[in-house]
Amino acid sequence: MGRYIVRRLLYVFLVVLVITLATFLIFFVMPPGDPVTAFSGRTPTPQILHAVEKQFGFDKPLYVQYGKFVKNIFFGDEFGWPGFGYSYVTRSPVREEIFGRIGVTLQLAVGAAIMWVIVGVSIGIVSALNRRKLVDRAAMGFALFGVSAPTFAVGLAALYIFWQQFHLLPGTGYIPLSENAGEFFSHMILPWSVLALSFAAFYARMVRGNLLEALGEDYIRTARAKGLSEKKVIGKHGLRASLTPIVTIFGLDFSLLLGGAVLTERVFNLPGLGALVVQSVARSDLPVILATTVIASLFVTVMTLVVDIIYGFLDPRVRYT
Amino acid sequence: MAETLLEVKDLKVHFNTPDGVVKAVDGVSFTLERGETLGIVGESGSGKSVTCLTALRLINLETAEVSGQVLFKGRDLLKLSNEELRKIRGKELSMIFQDPFACLHPLYRVGAQIDEAVRAHGDFSKADAKKRTLELLKAVGIPRPEERYRDYPHQYSGGMRQRAMIAMALVHNPDVLIADEPTTALDVTVQAQILELIEKVKEDFNIGVMLITHDLGVVADVSQKVMVMYAGRPVEIGTRDEVFAQPLHPYTWGLLDSIPAVDQKGKRLIPITGSPPSMIRVPQGCAFHPRCPHRFEPCDKERPDLMDRGGGHPEACHLTVEEKKKLWAQREASRTRAAS
Repeated sequence: MGRYIVRRLLYVFLVVLVITLATFLIFFVMPPGDPVTAFSGRTPTPQILHAVEKQFGFDKPLYVQYGKFVKNIFFGDEFGWPGFGYSYVTRSPVREEIFGRIGVTLQLAVGAAIMWVIVGVSIGIVSALNRRKLVDRAAMGFALFGVSAPTFAVGLAALYIFWQQFHLLPGTGYIPLSENAGEFFSHMILPWSVLALSFAAFYARMVRGNLLEALGEDYIRTARAKGLSEKKVIGKHGLRASLTPIVTIFGLDFSLLLGGAVLTERVFNLPGLGALVVQSVARSDLPVILATTVIASLFVTVMTLVVDIIYGFLDPRVRYT
Repeated sequence: MAETLLEVKDLKVHFNTPDGVVKAVDGVSFTLERGETLGIVGESGSGKSVTCLTALRLINLETAEVSGQVLFKGRDLLKLSNEELRKIRGKELSMIFQDPFACLHPLYRVGAQIDEAVRAHGDFSKADAKKRTLELLKAVGIPRPEERYRDYPHQYSGGMRQRAMIAMALVHNPDVLIADEPTTALDVTVQAQILELIEKVKEDFNIGVMLITHDLGVVADVSQKVMVMYAGRPVEIGTRDEVFAQPLHPYTWGLLDSIPAVDQKGKRLIPITGSPPSMIRVPQGCAFHPRCPHRFEPCDKERPDLMDRGGGHPEACHLTVEEKKKLWAQREASRTRAAS
């Protein structure tokens, strides 16, 4: 088990390294082209170009630049650990920018995750137990809508209805929980719901399918044959089998969101990582792009490891090798 | 006088499917007495499994139309409330299934699953349940039960899983054990052990056993009574000695001729030609007539009733008993000749 984790952590490291390398290369090889001209103002003189080049380190070979980038992550830079350098655009340390935003994204993701797991799983169970009845059809209709409705459209529609039309909720933006709890929740409830919608719909379909499949298994018949109540047959034997695979999917979905819920943050004007990603790509702000990429890939790879370890406890057939 | 445990009267199970009505079981009657093993034999789709699953209401009743009676110690299982039935399942009437690989929950320990069966009926503390489980695991021949108690099903071999299933079925000393093809998924050597175990259990616990199989050899080994089923109906019922000494239905002959026998080397197996009928469009008259080498005038029109035509036990074939005896003797003779 210990060896397994060490080996997997090594993989995490490698994957993150490869991803940053790819991002790094894409940035320099693909358009929008030479970053030096981009940051040298409207009428750059050769002196200015040269100064910019030197300041950002563009005069050094790519592998030196990349090496410095990797070294800074591990050993920190003048702004602390992990070192992500400073933004080309704002000239402020990327590290602070990222850490300021992770919290917002985390709050968005956790709130939405709680909602979609509760709603999705319950709808899935109710649907499976009322298969082909009206409840099931309605729930699956909702699920189809939820899965296919684009987040930005639902988000804007929700804002229009709850904010503009009925003034039930305040508009967009973010109020920290520590500042005003009530305001925090009233600002977050819509983003949570909108983000949770498509996941809830997807999970409802998945849980329904898994549970129906599990209820057709022979061990369910065994459970009935030994005289267990229906409550136990479904609530224990059926659910255990149908919810275990959900853990994997949940881990991956959740970790993807931690890298930034781009659309939701954008629509609701939340200062999270997703908003930063969009901003930095639009501005060709390499240090920020790299930093967000590292963070996002780290979330996903580490979470995958965590899920695999948890799964080993949930499913005794899984062996760590 | 033996005590009648289970009496099935004119059981019919019809499934409504988009393609039509599947008459999986179409009029089955039999009795099971204490201390007796009833072997139910037939090809896949002959309705033998559905008969047993219906007895415990383990089929999907929403899509099935069930009529007839399944009297268990005088109570009709088909009419009990769910809770009344639950109290009987696993306590007085237990069942083991064909595929022990799929019948145990893969995510729970074997011991815990048997504990659960113990605690499903009556008031058992965790410790008492475990004690009972260990007792049973030992009784069915699981080595080192204390260790095996904590294992998961995938750590058991096929034979061990079936043993565990039998242990689970026996925790409350049931009156009847229904075994639905308990050996089909197992190795031949293990098959014999499981059959022996079932036989031993029947003796030790003095229960009635319903053994479903497509293997007449299995029935010959352990059953006292045999029911041969074809297309949802019994075609021949009798004691083992009656049926094996003088089988009276061409389908039974076919089954007997397709058993390989070690002592008759070189003897050709004679398969039954054709395949079992679609249960949606069961042939008119005798359902077996399209595959029967001895069919004659009324076979494709009139369905023969199950009755004793003078041969000593009930069968459903239009031929007279004399003709049957002659035909069977001829078959036996030609088989023996082919062998020499």
